[in-house]
Amino acid sequence: MLNTGTGRRTLEAICIPIAALLFSLVLFGVFCSLAGANPFAVYAAIYKAAFGSWFSFQNTLLRAAPLMLTSLCTALPARLGLVIIGNEGALVMGGIGAILVGLSSINQAPAIVTQFAMAIAAMTFGGLWIAAVGALRHYRAVNETISSLLMNYIAIAFLNQLVEGVMRDPTSLNKPSSYPIPDADRLGMIPFMPRVHYGLVYGIIACVIAYFLIQRTTFGFAARTAGGNVKAARIAGLPVGKLTMAICFLAGSCAGLAGMVEIAAVHGRANESLNANYGYAGILVAFVARHNPIAASIVAILLGGILASGSILQRQLNLPDATVYVFQGLVFLVVLYSESLYGRLKIFKEPEPSLPTGSTAQGV
Amino acid sequence: MAAEAIGWWGVPLAIIGGTLRGSAPFLFVSLGECLTEKSGKINLGLEGTLLMGAMSAYGVSYLTQGTVGSAIAPWLGVLVAGIAGLGMGFIHAWLSQQPKVNDVAVGIAMIIFGSGLAFYLGKPFIQPSAPNLPAIGLADWSSMPQVRQAFQVNLLFVIGIAIAPLMSWFFKTTRWGLFIRAVGDSPEAALAMGISIRKVRMLCIMAGSFLAGIGGAYLSLYYPGSWSERISSGQGLMAVALVIFARWNPIQCLWASFLFGGAQAIAPALQAIGIDGGYYLFNASPYILTLLIMIFTCSPKRTITGAPGALGATN
Repeated sequence: MLNTGTGRRTLEAICIPIAALLFSLVLFGVFCSLAGANPFAVYAAIYKAAFGSWFSFQNTLLRAAPLMLTSLCTALPARLGLVIIGNEGALVMGGIGAILVGLSSINQAPAIVTQFAMAIAAMTFGGLWIAAVGALRHYRAVNETISSLLMNYIAIAFLNQLVEGVMRDPTSLNKPSSYPIPDADRLGMIPFMPRVHYGLVYGIIACVIAYFLIQRTTFGFAARTAGGNVKAARIAGLPVGKLTMAICFLAGSCAGLAGMVEIAAVHGRANESLNANYGYAGILVAFVARHNPIAASIVAILLGGILASGSILQRQLNLPDATVYVFQGLVFLVVLYSESLYGRLKIFKEPEPSLPTGSTAQGV
Repeated sequence: MAAEAIGWWGVPLAIIGGTLRGSAPFLFVSLGECLTEKSGKINLGLEGTLLMGAMSAYGVSYLTQGTVGSAIAPWLGVLVAGIAGLGMGFIHAWLSQQPKVNDVAVGIAMIIFGSGLAFYLGKPFIQPSAPNLPAIGLADWSSMPQVRQAFQVNLLFVIGIAIAPLMSWFFKTTRWGLFIRAVGDSPEAALAMGISIRKVRMLCIMAGSFLAGIGGAYLSLYYPGSWSERISSGQGLMAVALVIFARWNPIQCLWASFLFGGAQAIAPALQAIGIDGGYYLFNASPYILTLLIMIFTCSPKRTITGAPGALGATN
């Protein structure tokens, strides 16, 4: 039952992130005017490039799809109290898994079978990659943030080694790439959205499943309990090790699926374009969404729009492409600061209960 | 001719040379992180600080060469890199000490913010060449140019080597060192001693970032000696892991930095003599080494000896 107390809580959880985003937009405006650009022209350009027309909004959705998937790689383990930032590495490993299957003889099968096999391979590769981080955390107490970030570099080196070596298509001269997957096996476009591929559907489905898994199942409840207090979870007999590995596997498999989507829908082959910063932007999405998968899908669309506006800022306003990273950094810092505001602002405080504490559930 | 004359000996020589050239960024960042973590906070964002330091040092060296001459300009760059580090450190210190704010997350944000800002401001400095820091030849008596080249060091590196024992002495014997250890090990005890935890941590994080900024200046002004967006390949991050391996001991940070500098030199050394089969994998060797070291030094059963007691605690 909703009472005014939880209503205010929900309002707080919605208002503070929005206020943080608006405040970082203001800070970004200050930054732009220091850099000599008119901040209002910048806002207008971002809005136009991201949401201005059906065409550009489709472009935004196109970028939001991998962000939804990679953000889960941080958001799911966060419920267990782990800060995992191996999104980029898991995405790359997923891409490697997808291309290995896509180039194997399985591509003689109908496209739907091949795509399914590619997705499974990508999820397995990405999942095992992050599960390894979880295992190191649980069995060796290795700091998961540092190990997952190191594994990003290792995954990228592995990809470069493959596309420069055994997998290299000799016709790719300037940009070493693998052989392309057959056109028939590439992911198609969503009906009525001629520019958006099915990766968006994957992303939304993954976010919804993740939400129900965490909020509505015993498995999710166990994970949240262990995230809240590991000692209490151990005393309650929860298998913390298995939970860690399972959550990390699921997290990695989402990011891995993003790698498959990038290969099967966007690039058609594996090369260094695979690490297009979706992994790092995914971390930001997860933090802005406060690790809530449904919120992550909405934040991914917002942030996807900002990413989509990068090239317009460069062309129209002569701002370097790094401007978008500065903006991402500002958003991240402001959002982290906003964490300290929860429970401190008067308007969101629950009214002092006039009844005995036992009956607060009935509301005021 | 001479290059062929030393043949396979070129590999260990190149690794020694690479160690002498490439260890300094690890050294500065790990000493900075050591100081930060001694006060009980983690700063994962030193990668961003390193990039800001590299960019500002190069930019200042390039812009001031006309007015102060090309001998002083790079040293001015080093100073400004340190100041840029102080600024980044201030943001981290202030933000990570707010209630409910996780210092690891702030570090990730600072990596994104610092690298974004460095790439943004550094755009105009990618093409031009700035005066670099001079090298000191330790083996100028040798007749072989490879040997002379391998044994060149930089004054900044020597300063870094001197800071390590100095910091160790500082922690062990001085009053301020005791304050920092108290804040990092047992904030309650520090409070009872009348020390301001907030101020000590603020100063430690800022001083640590100052050192990391100087590490960045070394990258852009000495080795590799130019500014590009790929100048740092995770050294700032590896140095954070290195502090765990060094058990929060500045002297051991020194040895660990040598190890990492050497590991980094393996791929180019092998490539120089014609082995480039696994170039990218060898290039990843510092990361793999860091990961292996963490796997072997960490244990779930006990906390690592030397770890500051309050490290990783929430505000």
